[in-house]
Amino acid sequence: MRKKELCFVVAFHTTTEALALEEAAHQAGVVGRLIPIPTQITAGCGLAWKMPITARADMEQLLQQNHLTYDASYELWV
Amino acid sequence: MIYLDSAATSFHKPEAVADAVYNAIRHMGNSGRGGHTASLSAARVIYGTRKKIANLFGVSDPAQVVFTANSTQSLNMTIQGLFHAGDHVITTAMEHNSVLRPLYRKEQQEGVSLSILPCDACGTVRYDLLEEYLQPNTKGIVCTHASNVTGNMVDIVRIGAFCKKHNLYFVVDASQTAGVFSIDMEQMGIDVLCFTGHKSLMGPQGTGGLCLQKEITLPCFCVGGSGVQSYRKIHPEEMPTHLEAGTLNGHGIAGLSAALDWITETGMDNIRAQEQKHMRMFYEAVRQIPQIKIYGDFSQSERAPIVTLNIGDNPAEEVCDALAERYDIATRGGAHCAPLMHQHFQTETQGAVRFSFSYFNTEEEIQTAIQAVREIAEEWT
Repeated sequence: MRKKELCFVVAFHTTTEALALEEAAHQAGVVGRLIPIPTQITAGCGLAWKMPITARADMEQLLQQNHLTYDASYELWV
Repeated sequence: MIYLDSAATSFHKPEAVADAVYNAIRHMGNSGRGGHTASLSAARVIYGTRKKIANLFGVSDPAQVVFTANSTQSLNMTIQGLFHAGDHVITTAMEHNSVLRPLYRKEQQEGVSLSILPCDACGTVRYDLLEEYLQPNTKGIVCTHASNVTGNMVDIVRIGAFCKKHNLYFVVDASQTAGVFSIDMEQMGIDVLCFTGHKSLMGPQGTGGLCLQKEITLPCFCVGGSGVQSYRKIHPEEMPTHLEAGTLNGHGIAGLSAALDWITETGMDNIRAQEQKHMRMFYEAVRQIPQIKIYGDFSQSERAPIVTLNIGDNPAEEVCDALAERYDIATRGGAHCAPLMHQHFQTETQGAVRFSFSYFNTEEEIQTAIQAVREIAEEWT
């Protein structure tokens, strides 16, 4: 089994939300990347933003300051 | 060929549009269908195009920009979703069938009542009758921004203010103006703006969309693949996915994105000025030719770049065919899918010949077209 690490993961309602977050994160220099949504969140399709757990505060600040919409955020072993 | 049928579709596109479509076919996957490079590439291009459209039309949230195949689909989605039994809707005699037929269907199948604002002798909407046409159950006004027959503009600021005053939905068909005339949904009080990508926006056919104010909710026109929330039995409620079931025309949207960049780089004012110049040059010359009858109001300082005319009583299709066969000039005859406008001008039988101009036409082409009309008029009258 692949070794997993604890990450901060943001899930979205739509692809548009995911792309809006990606753009904002790149502009703000917040680390992470878009990945297929982990099955721990849903077995369905979609994208999620994955980043080191240590950067969680940066993301939470980004979400708040940019009024970004998203479904939910998680601390997950992925 | 001298292409003077830009109101049907823009034939001369910026080179970057074709390049973008080619590159998209080579490199883009399906937006929102996976997290790999090809899928994300498509998703980024589509999201970027949403932002450009939002910026162009004064939409604060790109999620309120919905991609469709064309204006007709956008107008069907809007009219189908907004108006129901017992509602009254006002439209105009300037409309294309893409507005009229969805409204007629509502009238026939659901009992929506419909009033059609008439035009004056030049084919301009009778704004003075708006108050008179208002009913207690009037729910909205659907109108074009410019007639595809005459090029006459509709004062959408005036109608937007009327709608705001009377709490009506305001739906605008921007098929003939998007990308060339300034449109700001907020400032103009537009609730739904329907556009096509392949005319004045210079993009590929099969691209188009609608922009919705946040307060407006439309039901799903169709449901199905969304790339998200796959195990739910209902289609997602969140915009724009709510109104975008199935794979988008990503390759076309990539071309539209390049077209929007070209419009920004070239300047909407420059594009419009060039088109107006071509239209005025043609109009001022052909109006001097005996037996030519021109339709529309040319006292308007700005109008869509269209000159529609007839040569005596000659059937429009025969004139179009002569222009095509003898001079290789592309124009459009017939009814232009705008039956009420032709009834107004009493040209249902004869039709009319539409010349519509582009930024990419040359003065030499315009002069050739003028000479062609002159020669046909001399021969046939």
